[in-house]
Amino acid sequence: MKILTGNDLRSGAVTWWNGNGWSLFVDDAVDVGDEAEEILAREVATRRVNVPYVIEATIDAAGHVRPAHIKDRVRALGPTVRRDLAVPTADKTGWDWVI
Amino acid sequence: MYQYDSYDQAMVDARVEEFRDQARRRLDGKLTEDQFKPLRLMNGLYLQLHAYMLRVAIPYGTLSGGQMEALADIAEKYDRGYGHFTTRQNIQYNWIKLEDAADILADLSRHEMHAIQTSGNCIRNISADHFAGAAADEVVDPRPYAELLRQWSSFHPEFTYLPRKFKIAVIASEKDRAAMRLHDIGIRIVSRDGEVGAEVYAGGGMGRTPMIAPLIRDFVPIDQLITYAEAALRVYNRYGRRDNKYKARIKILVHELGAAEYTRQVEEEFAHMLAVGVEPPREELARIAAYFAPPAFVDGPKTLDRSDPDFALWVDRNTHRHKHDAYVSAVISLKPAGGIPGDATAEQMRVVAKLARDYSFDELRVMHTQNLLLPHVRIADLHAVWSALDAAGMGAPNMDTIEDIIACPGLDYCSLANARSIPLAQRISESFAAKGRTEVVGELKLKISGCINACGHHHAGHIGILGVDKKGKENFQLSLGGSEAEDVSLAKITGPGFDEDGVVAAVETVTDVYLGARQDGERFLDTYRRIGMEPFKEALYGG
Repeated sequence: MKILTGNDLRSGAVTWWNGNGWSLFVDDAVDVGDEAEEILAREVATRRVNVPYVIEATIDAAGHVRPAHIKDRVRALGPTVRRDLAVPTADKTGWDWVI
Repeated sequence: MYQYDSYDQAMVDARVEEFRDQARRRLDGKLTEDQFKPLRLMNGLYLQLHAYMLRVAIPYGTLSGGQMEALADIAEKYDRGYGHFTTRQNIQYNWIKLEDAADILADLSRHEMHAIQTSGNCIRNISADHFAGAAADEVVDPRPYAELLRQWSSFHPEFTYLPRKFKIAVIASEKDRAAMRLHDIGIRIVSRDGEVGAEVYAGGGMGRTPMIAPLIRDFVPIDQLITYAEAALRVYNRYGRRDNKYKARIKILVHELGAAEYTRQVEEEFAHMLAVGVEPPREELARIAAYFAPPAFVDGPKTLDRSDPDFALWVDRNTHRHKHDAYVSAVISLKPAGGIPGDATAEQMRVVAKLARDYSFDELRVMHTQNLLLPHVRIADLHAVWSALDAAGMGAPNMDTIEDIIACPGLDYCSLANARSIPLAQRISESFAAKGRTEVVGELKLKISGCINACGHHHAGHIGILGVDKKGKENFQLSLGGSEAEDVSLAKITGPGFDEDGVVAAVETVTDVYLGARQDGERFLDTYRRIGMEPFKEALYGG
């Protein structure tokens, strides 16, 4: 699947396109299929999000979204060395797949 | 310590208000990110993996206790309770909100600090020997010259858009504790026949093409230093490559022209500039130097009670000889075994600030090794200082040991990184501490970078580790034999890379080879230089 991610303009927090707006939680990301460029153009124009881009991801049987590239997996959860600062996630196995 | 005059303060305050307006326009949607990015970077505001990151300049690593408390307040009020001290003697905050950034800059300005020129293709924060003003072996305190260079390079209109970023280090001793020859320009203040001047080196650097700076002038009279620096920058600015980011640093220009031809052009420009008269008046240097007058040292005990072995070990490892024999400089380790190199909590910063006030003439230093330093501690006060540091988790006796690892933020924070650096540092320091091998191994400088930009100085590590991306997986190249000190050298890669577990084991392996081959008094680096790479490769990869 293809999903969209960027950083929130005000906070810089990592965000994921959920179909209607930008969520802090990777599991909210939706497959944008062929519409990535159109959504990106529209969202950049709104200037709510910084440098959004499209990435490859997979979704498991439980509905958890896992970005394909290690950098985006780290972005999805937070620094692996400060798990106390991690983004809360519904996927309790997150730290098992991030690296 | 230097204190802002009305010009300094007005310049910094004006920049804060300028940025406040720029940030407001970005938040209001009147500026695009493409328009705003260069403006925020000029004020040290990056966008990293998880949030905005603010890099605050700490000129030549010198801070007062009050400034450290201000940094602690920022960590608590605007960030997540901690900061990260860097190899450029700066501090970075990892969780900054754009809407807070101008307020943070205003708070910094109230304490005579800023984030100007901590990014972009300009002259960055001037670094210096962290023992400056205290070291027994220095010719003079190099900081007045570093401050003069800071003032010259701040907002210098000709050097705002250089081909690439530009880093200058200043030292004043034979010992190099600032990686001086791995800078774009390295300056060693020297004395010749009673006259103070400067050796000037140009074209060093790390990054993807590491180079050791050659000497281009063995003596620049001190009242011509700015003119010479201006000439060196002018030649670079004129001919440095702007067509290729990877060939744009001065090291490439000096390498391609050859040191002799680059020097010839600098000398020609220097002669021209001397006639123009750009050197600040000597009174300005005298005015600056007055701020760095030595504190009022007092005589006191020169020996101490070493009956506590933990204290004695810390004294042996973490103190440095002072120019006054009743004092030492005390290194504050930000490298607890298993910890994150360079990170300090707001509470720890406040402990350090209080110790500076109580025991070190209200002075602190940030070391390029990502530790802190109390430059002037009476030997009589050392036990009290150590006790307070130990209680706050900063008393590890590990300066220059394998636990004293330099590590960049790596893929845990940095948008440029390909691999994580910090977990390796944590695992290696924890392992050596747990096995009691740290003291057995002795001096061994291990440096880790999470990408080719080499912020973790891996080229200069006795052992260096470079993280790379190998088909979407972290992979780590091991290198041996680097040094950033007066015996400067660049590390050589051992061979194929390793995964995370593999590189941790490889570090154990190379230290085993060293311990097996070590002769009396040899450091790891000495043994490596004597026996060469082969025994290490043999142990790592077999025949």
